[in-house]
Amino acid sequence: MKDDRTILEMKNIHKSFPGVRALQAVDFSLCEGEIHALMGENGAGKSTLIKVLTGVYEKDEGQIFLKGHEKAVVIRSPQDAQKLGISTVYQEITLCPNLSVAENMYIGRTKGATVGWSKMNKDADKILESLDIPAKATQQLASCSIAVQQMVAIARAVDMDCKVLILDEPTSSLDEQEVQKLFKLMRDLKSRGVGIIFVTHFLDQVYEVCDKITVLRDGQLVGEFEIKDLPRVQLVAKMLGKEFDDTSEIKNTELVYGGDDASQCVFEAKDLASNVGIKPFDFYIKKGEVNGFTGLLGSGRSESVRAIFGADKVISGTVKKNGKNIKISKPLDAMKNGIAYLPEDRKRDGIIGDLSVRDNIILALQVLKGFFRPFSKAQANKFADEYIKLLDIKTASKDTPIKSLSGGNQQKVILARWLLTHPEYLILDEPTRGIDIGTKTEIQKLVLKLASEGMAVTFISSETDEMVRTCSRLVVMRDRKVVGELSGEDVNQNMIMSTIAGGDKE
Amino acid sequence: MGNANKVTLQQKKSGLTDANLLLIITIVVFFVMYASAMAFLGEGFLKAQTLFDMLNNNAALIIVSCGMSLVMICGGIDISVGGVVALVSMCSGIFIEYKGGNIYGALAVSIAIGLAFGIVQGYLVAYLNIQPFIVSLAGMFFAKGMTTIVSSDLESSTFNVMNEAFVKIKDIDIIIPFLGYTNKHGKYMDAHIEIGVIVAIVIVVLLFCVLRWSKLGRNFYAVGGNMQSALMLGINVRRTKFLSHIMCSLLAGIGGFVYFLHIGSGSPSHASGMEMNAIASSIIGGTMLTGGVGNIIGTFFGVLSLSTIQNIVSSLGLGEAWWTGITIAAMLCLFLVVQSIIMSRQKIMLAVRNFFNRRKN
Amino acid sequence: MTDVKVKKEFSIGAFMGSILRHQIFIPAAALVILLLINLVGDFFKDSSFFTISLLHNSAGNPVLSGNLISVLDFGSELAILAIGMTLVTAATGGQDISVGATIAIAGSVVLRIVCGADGVAYSVSPGTLILAFGAACVVAMICGAFNGVLVAIFRIQPMIATLILFTAGRSIASWINGGALPRVNAESFTYFAGFIPGIPIPTPFFVAVGCIIIIAIVLKVTNLGLYTQAVGINESSSKLNGINPVSIKILSFVILGLCVAVCGLLKVSRASGITYSVIAKDIEMDAILAVALGGNALSGGKFNMTASIMGAYVIQMLTTTLYRFEVEPDALPAYKAIVVIVLVVISAPTVREKAKSLWTKMTKGQKKVKEVA
Repeated sequence: MKDDRTILEMKNIHKSFPGVRALQAVDFSLCEGEIHALMGENGAGKSTLIKVLTGVYEKDEGQIFLKGHEKAVVIRSPQDAQKLGISTVYQEITLCPNLSVAENMYIGRTKGATVGWSKMNKDADKILESLDIPAKATQQLASCSIAVQQMVAIARAVDMDCKVLILDEPTSSLDEQEVQKLFKLMRDLKSRGVGIIFVTHFLDQVYEVCDKITVLRDGQLVGEFEIKDLPRVQLVAKMLGKEFDDTSEIKNTELVYGGDDASQCVFEAKDLASNVGIKPFDFYIKKGEVNGFTGLLGSGRSESVRAIFGADKVISGTVKKNGKNIKISKPLDAMKNGIAYLPEDRKRDGIIGDLSVRDNIILALQVLKGFFRPFSKAQANKFADEYIKLLDIKTASKDTPIKSLSGGNQQKVILARWLLTHPEYLILDEPTRGIDIGTKTEIQKLVLKLASEGMAVTFISSETDEMVRTCSRLVVMRDRKVVGELSGEDVNQNMIMSTIAGGDKE
Repeated sequence: MGNANKVTLQQKKSGLTDANLLLIITIVVFFVMYASAMAFLGEGFLKAQTLFDMLNNNAALIIVSCGMSLVMICGGIDISVGGVVALVSMCSGIFIEYKGGNIYGALAVSIAIGLAFGIVQGYLVAYLNIQPFIVSLAGMFFAKGMTTIVSSDLESSTFNVMNEAFVKIKDIDIIIPFLGYTNKHGKYMDAHIEIGVIVAIVIVVLLFCVLRWSKLGRNFYAVGGNMQSALMLGINVRRTKFLSHIMCSLLAGIGGFVYFLHIGSGSPSHASGMEMNAIASSIIGGTMLTGGVGNIIGTFFGVLSLSTIQNIVSSLGLGEAWWTGITIAAMLCLFLVVQSIIMSRQKIMLAVRNFFNRRKN
Repeated sequence: MTDVKVKKEFSIGAFMGSILRHQIFIPAAALVILLLINLVGDFFKDSSFFTISLLHNSAGNPVLSGNLISVLDFGSELAILAIGMTLVTAATGGQDISVGATIAIAGSVVLRIVCGADGVAYSVSPGTLILAFGAACVVAMICGAFNGVLVAIFRIQPMIATLILFTAGRSIASWINGGALPRVNAESFTYFAGFIPGIPIPTPFFVAVGCIIIIAIVLKVTNLGLYTQAVGINESSSKLNGINPVSIKILSFVILGLCVAVCGLLKVSRASGITYSVIAKDIEMDAILAVALGGNALSGGKFNMTASIMGAYVIQMLTTTLYRFEVEPDALPAYKAIVVIVLVVISAPTVREKAKSLWTKMTKGQKKVKEVA
């Protein structure tokens, strides 16, 4: 142990998977009352380190010390970790949707062989109230919104009297208000002496709440830094391991097609609405234009583009292509009309995990070609090789199952799939979510390049600076309704914020 | 007007979990079915003994179905139970009739066989991660084959057990006062149930308590609801799955003994198709095969519903054997479709509710 | 010198690894083991397992006979079913347990048309036969579509959805013929399951080969394979790529229905009649085992048709081997169960991983010893 305040120390941690060295000689330490950010690109080893600490993976080598334990502790399962006072809240909800809120807070950690329902419900309600979480103890978890489910998971961890709290990208499904609530909670816990490990992709959040940063790269430790000693640009440089390629420079206004040109709209929609509860909206996009849908999480931006693509059931509205009426009632209709859609949730809606990179690349074009006309193997290989090279996809071979690729490379494969269909209109819903900064920049550049070649592109991202950099026109949404449109000089962070917030003045 | 209606409907819905709704449907269907049978078919259904006979004949099925529900709630399935029942009743029969054993020894043999199946299958499923369907399929094959093998030395593989002590216990009837009836010859008959029914009811109550109030029971639900989450929540998933299989096979062993006590003979063709009846009862009783949802009381009513429909079919005069199979299947089909519709409607309602909440905020 | 040696070892290791990982390995290994057992068994038996003799049947036609021939003969139904079962498994991640019962229905339909109301037929015209088979196909495909609709539209787990027909199938089959047991006393009717005069190889083998060729062509000229796997692995993605998961799932059940109809015809032809409770009994279990033995995940997704078909013949080989060692037909399942468990345990990923780590530890230990030496 370094000093009295250190509550956790991981020394010389090694872990490898078949073909990958996920962690090599990584050290990590945490003090009480500290919020410690764990940063790194995708595949840097953050998740692996967390999972070693929580007993999900068994480490190959190394030692873990905890305050109050003289010898190195052995953590073989999440249960062991819990007993030692290490709690985790994961990005994906790791609760049981079929149980009640209270049960989810207490299951797996109460003493005795029986369940005392009334006491449990009372206790749970108390905690939920003190943390300002809008849920009832007896409610079935499945009937809560995702954000509330996440907060229940945090409430559980908070109540566990934990010494070390790990938050693994907890904010990715929360909106700004909820994030602030979470931060308040984190500071509260910090003052109680809890050590918090905070894993996130959002730089702003790191600088808002954290005290220290540990940076990992390629499974190795880059270093541990006090927050005040490490400006953003340097942090990014450390994460990438090279001089920062300033992404703010990639916007080249000459490349982006102006919104005020008189040329014809490629696609135009009127009163479009789908069965997931978005208000009917109008929409148009021109050749070579990059427009964006922006708004808070749950504002309906994804639902809108899904309606355009026919992914949800369309209940009203007309769509025109080059001035002619077309009917889009299912994704195949949209594809036939030259629309491509890269979905928000890559794992759930994008990749076909067990299929090879090649099959994943040719899938959309193959479907367009038809059930009775499969590509020859040679043709499929040619397509795959071409796009693996074009997008610089890092994969062992084109026969590798896509699920074994890193997040960024999976995203590129999905992008390749749609580019192969040579769409006239490309919809990208959060193409940069959960992938490393290097790939993010690559994708942004690609978007602008495609637009300059005449493709119409819709770009959605929860990071507004990214939108400002790439889009020439923004559709702003709030409460599942289009509330404004920004173009030209108005496309900047302040305008977006004020347009999104605009309704509050009423 | 329409709007107001909608709101009340929503409030009603939100207080009712999936599991409770399914349970209520099951119980209501049973009572409606039985009541209409009493109203339109009269005679037999008006006698309390008809209900008791249903219990007498299905005590073993109730016990076995309870085990099936447990395993299904935990997200698994065990189709070896029918085979285990057959094997247990055959072994008990041989033990008493040919080996001179007593009834307690037979019970011990039954429990031992059940436990052995549970331990092996549970280990393969929980610790080696093999699919429960395949494991218990092999278990079923093994049990059925063993039933033939153990009886291959006998002069006839089908035999009645004549042991006096056994017959005495087998014939014990527990008289239920005030519910008797007068038979064709004008003689008053007491309403009665067999020992097996008592065992079955004790097990139902016991398991209900286990599932409701014990940590183990809640762990079953958690593991069935989302295995990965359960692991993260600090539940020993492997041990929980292991225990669910042990309990299921153990109950199949006890069920086998009760079956033997009821039927009093050994035969390789005993209890054929029982696993399917058990699965059907569990599903009609509101257990989801996907796991995490189910209730022992529901299972109990599932068995009763199943046997009520059989009784109704035979009293309608549809004597041909095939009608039973077809009606059970039709009923199963109906329940599955209803379940599926309820589930998807619940999801739609949730989406609508979220939407309205959002707007309110 | 030592360098070269190490390299060689590595390449052998890698080669062995690639073989071990290949899907065909499991059924192939099982086949080899069964052959070895029989080879050893030959020393203790009067007759060899591998003898194939040319005999003449009662009609005076030349027929081949022997254990290997009976594997090819009786394995046919299983192989045909394995085709459909593989597709259903891949697309839905579940299995159809109603195939035995629907075979009874299909067989019953064939006999209803061939025998008419009399319940017995002394001659069968080709026209009637085609009509009967056509009707059986339609009925079996409707049964398949019924299962498919429950699975795809009502989203009921396949095993449970097919439980309905599993329970009702044999009852429906007996209802079709009013509970009667029709018989066909025409010799030409037995050709399907016996021998065509002049050809010494059992006809079912040709039927199975025909089905296998057809499915091979279908997989080659359509995207059935790609679509089925895509739907089985990730339904939501498939949908967003323009595939209709509902129709693919129903299609897989309908194809299985066709396979069932062919099996139904073969089964009633073998028996020249039908016994509702016995026909194709437990065949669903064998068909599912064939798919599993072929190394296909029963939870759906990727599949290998060749491995499944091989799995089917291995199961039949096992049955024949057990018969050869004078195991009673009713006791057969017990032995099969043991074999199944052994196979599944060997192929379980958890066990394989453990074995692999043990293997590397052992080889590492050897190397260390070498270095010391």
